[in-house]
Amino acid sequence: MAAIAMPKPSQETLKKRSKIVADLQKIVRGEGVICDEIEMRPYETDALTAYRQLPLVVVLPETVDQVSQVLKYCYDNDVKVVPRGAGTSLSGGALPLEDGVLLSMMKFNRILEIDLENRAVVTQPGVTNLGITTAVQQDGFYYAPDPSSQIACSIGGNIAENSGGVHSLKYGLTTNNLLGLEIVLITGEVIRLGGKHLDSEAYDLMALLTGSEGLLAVVTEVTVRVLQKPETARAALIGFPTSEEAGKCVAEIIGAGIIPGGMELMDKLAIDAAEDFVHAGYPLDVDALMIVELDGPEAEVDDLLKRVSAIAEKNGSSYLRVSQSEEERNTFWAGRKAAFPAVGRISPDYLCMDGTIPRAALPQVLQEMQELSEKHGLRVANVFHAGDGNLHPLILYDANKPGELAAAEAFGADILRLCVKVGGVLTGEHGVGIEKRDLMPEMYSEDDLKQQQRVKCAFDEKQLLNPGKMFPVLHRCAELGFMHVHQGQLPFPDIPRF
Amino acid sequence: MGEGFHPTTADELEAVVKWASAERTPLEVIGSGSKCNWGRAVQSAHTLRVDGISGVIDYEPAELVLTVKAGTPLTDVQTLLKEHNQELPFEPADLSAVLGGPNQAGTIGGVLATNLSGPRRLKAGAARDHVLGLEAVSGRGEIFKAGGRVVKNVTGYDLSRGFCSSWGTLAVATSFSIKVLPRAAKECTFVLLGLTPQEASSAMSEAMGSSAEVSSAAHLPKGFCPLSQEHSITLLRLEGIPVSIDYRLNKLRSILKRFPSQELIEGQASRKTWGDLRDLIPFAGSDKPLWKLSVSPTAGQQMIAELEKRFAIRWMMDWAGGLVWVEMQGEEPHDVPLRRLIAENGGGHATLLRASAELRTSVDVFQPLPETLMGLSKRLKAQFDPHNILNPGRMYAGI
Repeated sequence: MAAIAMPKPSQETLKKRSKIVADLQKIVRGEGVICDEIEMRPYETDALTAYRQLPLVVVLPETVDQVSQVLKYCYDNDVKVVPRGAGTSLSGGALPLEDGVLLSMMKFNRILEIDLENRAVVTQPGVTNLGITTAVQQDGFYYAPDPSSQIACSIGGNIAENSGGVHSLKYGLTTNNLLGLEIVLITGEVIRLGGKHLDSEAYDLMALLTGSEGLLAVVTEVTVRVLQKPETARAALIGFPTSEEAGKCVAEIIGAGIIPGGMELMDKLAIDAAEDFVHAGYPLDVDALMIVELDGPEAEVDDLLKRVSAIAEKNGSSYLRVSQSEEERNTFWAGRKAAFPAVGRISPDYLCMDGTIPRAALPQVLQEMQELSEKHGLRVANVFHAGDGNLHPLILYDANKPGELAAAEAFGADILRLCVKVGGVLTGEHGVGIEKRDLMPEMYSEDDLKQQQRVKCAFDEKQLLNPGKMFPVLHRCAELGFMHVHQGQLPFPDIPRF
Repeated sequence: MGEGFHPTTADELEAVVKWASAERTPLEVIGSGSKCNWGRAVQSAHTLRVDGISGVIDYEPAELVLTVKAGTPLTDVQTLLKEHNQELPFEPADLSAVLGGPNQAGTIGGVLATNLSGPRRLKAGAARDHVLGLEAVSGRGEIFKAGGRVVKNVTGYDLSRGFCSSWGTLAVATSFSIKVLPRAAKECTFVLLGLTPQEASSAMSEAMGSSAEVSSAAHLPKGFCPLSQEHSITLLRLEGIPVSIDYRLNKLRSILKRFPSQELIEGQASRKTWGDLRDLIPFAGSDKPLWKLSVSPTAGQQMIAELEKRFAIRWMMDWAGGLVWVEMQGEEPHDVPLRRLIAENGGGHATLLRASAELRTSVDVFQPLPETLMGLSKRLKAQFDPHNILNPGRMYAGI
């Protein structure tokens, strides 16, 4: 196991374990409390499998009242809580704590209301992302954010991570598609925010909760907006001799006022691996391959495809194919969607990074990444959500070779530093969790991070919800409240007055 | 006698807030002051005016991102974007017609602090949906930043969006990064004449539920304004490339063919129509209390039906019914019955936009919050502004 320091377990909590289990069994009766080591095993990790930890106990509540009682119990007894949805976090957001209750929300698995007149779906948080689309697709609607784990990931987890997907430039992230929430605070208080109306009242607490990685509250109900599915979607597969030309093409498409539904780029290593794996018909004599998808009315899609093709040609494309059928479009995507497992076939292990960069910095980032690759002695394949600047470098390594995991992690950290250097961010959609926690100071000053932690203090003063995630240094709320006061200074004479 | 601070840099602004924090002396925080007649009045000796911190920091049209200082005039932002054939998709309003004061006086900071969005909010999202990054000074007098300059970013809490609709009570912004989008090549408005509010509501709902990609949907009753002199009018806006608009227009004609009285407003006339609705021009020239009701779209027409039974009102529906503007003709306060009706019709909130200073002090301007939510909001305020010096009481007593 790699070394990321987690908060020191409370010996007192560990000693009281059997009492805590018995007390929780009084709140959630029957099979909703799991304390047997073997039965707890499936909960010891999420999709960041390099890290494992058995929880103190697993609780699977079925009602809001149970969630509220469990949280209040933990609050009263100073017991930590790690909320968990489907466990598909790539950043260790749901990694358990030895002295923490693992609160699984997967029994909250019902869609509560479909209101197509208001284009809204009210659902419990354990319903999968795809489950929402499935529930409304017979009427021509869908839920827009589509993370690649959408078959498995829960909408509650999407809220925690502010999940995106390949269509986020045009259709937004979770935060842009959310209308209402019901949350339970660590004190057990239940709060409702928003509803089916647009714009919630007072402070935008939904904005703070979306992407808060389970550190602020537990979500027990979600209202999302659903959209009418576009009538047509067609994709173009465009190859370039170099990624520089591809990068210019991306900028020019957007500069021309075209917002594609999806725009993806893959580099040579990713193209070869994907083609070898799924035989999508990708050209192998190009250095960068772009998939541009346009959606909307057929006439609009045809018109835009013509313009995109012309822009590609102008920027030196060496390969162009436009999908002629739904089947062909899906084939184009099949290679891209299988890029991660495809890379998994050419390397025993890989690390998936998740920085976002300004689109214009792509050629520079790819160039410097090659230099880093040589420095660390590890190969890297790149897939890039070019529409929204989200870059997924896949670092290839072999965990059985001593030192390679450490080298891969160091390489990854260098890549993320590079992303920040060019004006980007550490994580576009996978979350900070434990994986990028210690890199937060690369992007934020101490004051920035302290202000973020003060938000947590407003929700969870005892810092019992998912501690050890997101922030590299845990400050007590009392310490964060301290102010350096300079009494009696004069209002600064050189500041203009009116 | 209080001071009026007018800093021109983030550092100067930080110095003022640090001083006020140390002195425990409240500041009324304003951009240019164009929305001072909206919301609760702030009791403070000093005013902190942010419109001296102005100018574009970075604008890369191909990145679709604008980084701009908080006190930059909204019109400067709009003019710059227009030069590059781009725009703020959420269409912020100029509320001077109803709030008084000079035209086009607002700052971008004021727009975001109040999460002010126009008719296109229905499709494009609100002001807050377009904020990517923030630099601000907290009530502690500390500069902090959050977010970034990229669309996809989950690095830490989303304080940038959290700032929106905080009315300057959590922090004073010094700059923002904002997502911008290309302007549509063409726009037109499909008009249905003579519909009842119920019919309009179902027509708007059907249009929004179709693949016609309607970007704004409004309904104005008969006799409400020059546009609806003889009939009520229902307006559905289409934007995009011409070939797409033609197709979608035919689609609307076909799904709404049961309403035979149809018209079309094109080009500049369409833009002016939506601009006037956005800026609430039909409510200009009056000082009667004007309420903004945010409800589920299908509840809009129910609200109107119930209100018309009880009160003399002038009204219009935007956001496909989800936004109802109601001008109360009577003098008595209407906050309690309005909010009760909202609660009975699926929930939402009511905000008093225009009213005399007396009325604004005697009723809750913003939707009263349940105790638990108010408690959380106060704790949040205290974490940003522990001495309650930034716009105290602007939204709620104690916030």
